[in-house]
Amino acid sequence: MPQLNRDSIGNILIVAISVCLVASILVSVAAVALKPAQEANRLLNQRQNILVAAGLLAPGQSTDAEGRGINELFDGFDVRVVDLRTGEYAEDIDPTDFDQQRSARDTGRSRSLSGDEDIATLRRLENYGIVYLMRDDAGNVEKTVLPVRGMGLWGTLFGYLAIEGDLVTAEGIAFYRHQETPGLGGEVDNPRWRAQWEGLKLFDEQGRPAVELVKTRAPEGSDARRHQVDMLAGATLTSRGVENLVNFWLSDLGYGAYLEKLRQGEA
Amino acid sequence: MSSPKEVLFSPIFDNNPIALQVLGICSALAVTVSMVNTLVMCAAVIFVCAFSNLFVSLLRHVMPSSIRIIIQMTIIASLVILVDQIIQAYAYEVSQRLSVFVGLIITNCIVLGRAEGFALQNGPYISFLDGIGNGLGYSILLLLVALVREPLGAGTLMGYTLFTSVNDGGWYIGNGLMLLAPSAFFIIGLAIWGLRAWKPAQVEPAEYEIAENVQYKEAI
Repeated sequence: MPQLNRDSIGNILIVAISVCLVASILVSVAAVALKPAQEANRLLNQRQNILVAAGLLAPGQSTDAEGRGINELFDGFDVRVVDLRTGEYAEDIDPTDFDQQRSARDTGRSRSLSGDEDIATLRRLENYGIVYLMRDDAGNVEKTVLPVRGMGLWGTLFGYLAIEGDLVTAEGIAFYRHQETPGLGGEVDNPRWRAQWEGLKLFDEQGRPAVELVKTRAPEGSDARRHQVDMLAGATLTSRGVENLVNFWLSDLGYGAYLEKLRQGEA
Repeated sequence: MSSPKEVLFSPIFDNNPIALQVLGICSALAVTVSMVNTLVMCAAVIFVCAFSNLFVSLLRHVMPSSIRIIIQMTIIASLVILVDQIIQAYAYEVSQRLSVFVGLIITNCIVLGRAEGFALQNGPYISFLDGIGNGLGYSILLLLVALVREPLGAGTLMGYTLFTSVNDGGWYIGNGLMLLAPSAFFIIGLAIWGLRAWKPAQVEPAEYEIAENVQYKEAI
């Protein structure tokens, strides 16, 4: 075989182009072929997070005690899109391909928040939000799950807040993505801490969001205690962030108007 | 030329990419907080290292020397994207936790170092083994670090509880340092110390000798 000149311009071009071609074909084939599996995973993961917040599934599990899978459990939910400004359902938006977080960045479908409003440090608030409703046999709302997010210490916490049928009492909260310090703020994932949210009264007598994260909770049985959760030890800013983000999403800027309508049976 | 066996096993203890060459430290700090993440990361690095060596070695006679680094990077980057896609499709939860670190295998010095330093001069078979060997050398140190960090930091191993932590109502107060990246520096440092005590040949010669102390009169 004659020694080909490796460093000629022709050879450089041939090798560069063919390596790039082969590499790009390989990568695109893999991306296209694996896309359905990745999408399915993403959806399954999201549903799992919602079910964990609603207390229907233990964290990290894919089946409940009776062996029902994620999709089967999730089928009980009615998924709706709500106009956060009015609290009405937005019937013209299909919830299956509505991406709430993306719409918050879309200037046409969101607005910027002023400093006083923006207690959860979101900067922009979307006009439409998604809700997951579970109804009993009579058609009454049994559980409502709302997506919530807000700034913690290092970054935004993303989670779901589940509310009981009376639309005042919390059922549970679960964060599925956050960057809080492991062992301190990262304890938002701790099941023992999360258990305090069950039965927590989210609103005060006047219907204002009233969740508090406190160093020492008021004595057992007192009125104040019903709104209180322990702060996370060593994580003041994460705790404050969680308090603010929950109160923000329950306020009239968030799902407040919708929840009020739902309470009066109008929505 | 060294034997296949030597090529495969010498990077594990005698020429460990992390302990002796001190390469690939970034990911060693980042992913070793839990054993499951570490195992997936190790498998990914072994795969990328082995196949990038194989392809670079196959192309070594046609590769123009002026663009060889960029060709090697193209091969490595494609393999890494492939691995990343596979992990996202079949191990979604782990992919969420590993986040950018699978992608950062592209910049892992071990992979490019072996392609440039070994695969360019050697045949495909032996290069492939060299890639596996170096991947294993990387893995063994990462697994060791994870084996220390996960139980001491969180009281678990592979997600199973070893010591019940205080936060879960048990007795074990997790060592917060172990959950943060700097702890891996200490563990890798101790591992290098141990390895060099066991194999003194790896100790580097001192760069300079400290001069003998002189009397102050002589100094004047």
